[in-house]
Amino acid sequence: MSIKLTIDGKEVHARSGENIIDVASQNGVYIPSLCYVKGKPCLGTCRTCSVKVNGRVMAACTMPVADGMEIEVNDDAEIVDMRKALVELLFSEGNHNCPSCEKSGRCELQATGYEVDMMVSRFPYRFTPRVVDHASKTVFLQRDRCIFCQRCVDMVRDERTGKKIFSIKGRGTHSSIEIDAELANDMTPQQVRYASDLCPVGCIIDKTQGYDDPIGQRKFEIKSIKDRALEKEHR
Amino acid sequence: MSKKLVIDPVTRIEGHGKVTIHLDDDNQVVDAKLHVVEFRGFEKFIQGHPYWEAPMLLQRICGICFVSHHLCGAKALDDIVGVGYSQGTPMLPTAEKMRRLGHYMQQLQSHVTAYFYLIVPEMLFGMDAAPEQRNVLGLVEADPDLVKRVVALRKWGQEGIKAVLGKRMHGISSIPGGVNQNLTIEARDRLLNGEEGLISLDDAIEFAQDGLNLFYDFHEKNRKQVDTFADVPALNMCLVGDDDNVDYYHGKMRIVDKNKEIVTELDYHDYLEHFSEATEEWSYMKFPFLKALGREEGSVRVGPLARVNVTKSYSDSTPLAKAALERFHEYTKGKANDMTLHTNWARAIEILHSTEQIKVLLNDPDLQKEQLVLAYDQSMWSGEGVGVVEAPRGTLLHHYRANQEGNITFANLVVATTQNNTVMNRSVRSVAEDYIGGNAEITEGMMNAIEVSIRAYDPCLSCATHAAGQMPLVVSVLDSKGKLVNEFIR
Repeated sequence: MSIKLTIDGKEVHARSGENIIDVASQNGVYIPSLCYVKGKPCLGTCRTCSVKVNGRVMAACTMPVADGMEIEVNDDAEIVDMRKALVELLFSEGNHNCPSCEKSGRCELQATGYEVDMMVSRFPYRFTPRVVDHASKTVFLQRDRCIFCQRCVDMVRDERTGKKIFSIKGRGTHSSIEIDAELANDMTPQQVRYASDLCPVGCIIDKTQGYDDPIGQRKFEIKSIKDRALEKEHR
Repeated sequence: MSKKLVIDPVTRIEGHGKVTIHLDDDNQVVDAKLHVVEFRGFEKFIQGHPYWEAPMLLQRICGICFVSHHLCGAKALDDIVGVGYSQGTPMLPTAEKMRRLGHYMQQLQSHVTAYFYLIVPEMLFGMDAAPEQRNVLGLVEADPDLVKRVVALRKWGQEGIKAVLGKRMHGISSIPGGVNQNLTIEARDRLLNGEEGLISLDDAIEFAQDGLNLFYDFHEKNRKQVDTFADVPALNMCLVGDDDNVDYYHGKMRIVDKNKEIVTELDYHDYLEHFSEATEEWSYMKFPFLKALGREEGSVRVGPLARVNVTKSYSDSTPLAKAALERFHEYTKGKANDMTLHTNWARAIEILHSTEQIKVLLNDPDLQKEQLVLAYDQSMWSGEGVGVVEAPRGTLLHHYRANQEGNITFANLVVATTQNNTVMNRSVRSVAEDYIGGNAEITEGMMNAIEVSIRAYDPCLSCATHAAGQMPLVVSVLDSKGKLVNEFIR
């Protein structure tokens, strides 16, 4: 069923049941997100896609559109700054060392940082000690960079048994991303590459390919994360 | 009354250092030391990172000679994954030549920075000129055309680095087993022919000759001072190829004495068997030396002066530099040259040598070929690697170990400035004795002479202590009881 709503004051038409991110994208409005993957179930973990819906802050990936909705994405300075703050929080929570990270130039968090005009985090860096896990033969697990989006947890499974390869252990600030090294060792090269590409940061790194793309030719240097999202090529 | 002089900080060098000079009751020099007062710790915090991050992270030790650190690390990684020189595997031609091109471009821009911005002011205005004049701004005022050429030459070097490594600073080119891109025809032609705002290769060679002529002129006018200033002994070390000539990217480590006789020659993978390091509580910078000869006799000089002392000649493909080198060799009649200010002569020769080596490479079609990386698999993993290159300031070594999981478990960096620690201290002592000793009144010019002796080595104390920030220097004068009598702080 076709419905009518407004995004930043402009009237748009949409199909009932679609989420706000997709509808905005179809209408040329980019909403950043670090957990949502088009065509996959919404995770709603990162909150980077926060927008105002009828004046209330909502996650655009989990919220289906409804007739008469008034959505504010870029017209409201408060929500724009809130999204920026959310990205800054992710940087200050982990230990992100872009200059030497293999994912630099292909990292969605880094690209989103640029997109929201982040210059520096307003929040103090926590410098939380996180132990790396390189035991798997196929991937480096760099916990310093995990933003707990849970993409890998929900979307990467052992092809034979369907079991999860990645999981989150603990709660709150004690959470950590875990890997089942035995299952990870059985991943095909294609699945390793899928998992590595799916990770929005440099937490899951394919051990077989490093720094292959020259500077200037890396994913988000060729085309910005915003342009990719608007062209429905996001991911 | 006896005195202690302090120069703190030493200026126009990279990093933080200070000098203390102890004088007795007759104002004679009792002791003189260069202290390096910064500490960084890169060797420690790289541990636990994936092995392939080492050349990317450790190059950030320095904003000047990052390509050298990057390449040293890359050579060590080649060994670790099983396709390095320690396995006897030659690098693919395109990969090696791309690495060399980036290396020579960096040597050019680094030497140009040191020579023209940091050293030439004293050559033009004198060591005892007013501090307000003897700096790059004074240079701009005195000879704006020279400075324009210098800026253009350095820019050309930086653009060359960008063409190879993707960025002017801290780019990424080398990956285990090779490089991640070749040189496009467009990038090559831009460097060869120049464009608006960018000089051509021929201009670069011409400007490089200006630098050499500047030294000749300075030498002619100040021969006695240039030849006697900090004439201190040391063995000389650099990498040499099979032709006995310096090889800035790969070769054997050769150490020669005053007569240019080979004292030791080694495969750099065996450096731990030959070298040891001493430490002093008054400096964060270590003192490497050859075990067989002990600390005093076995300390080596590295860098431009050492390289031109060790190398027999240069290739015929670099005729201008070769002729300049012959003139240099003739000056000391076959003996190694220990005159510290001749380091600047050597540096000017190497600026020219870099431009001519770049010319050879830019005209080499191998740079456009597609085979970039040697194939390897987990069965070839060695887990240990050593890389050595001739960085602008001298022989640079990176040594890593990584476990089967791919974690770096150990890193050791021996940088050029560290190798020069003993000879720099000898130079400071020599100049202190010649310029300060016996004088009742210490002038600013005398203190600057101390700095000139250090600056000739273009030391990078940030690299050498693996520390942060600019390099100011302190000179202190102490009395015989260790009491501070005089101090210059910049």
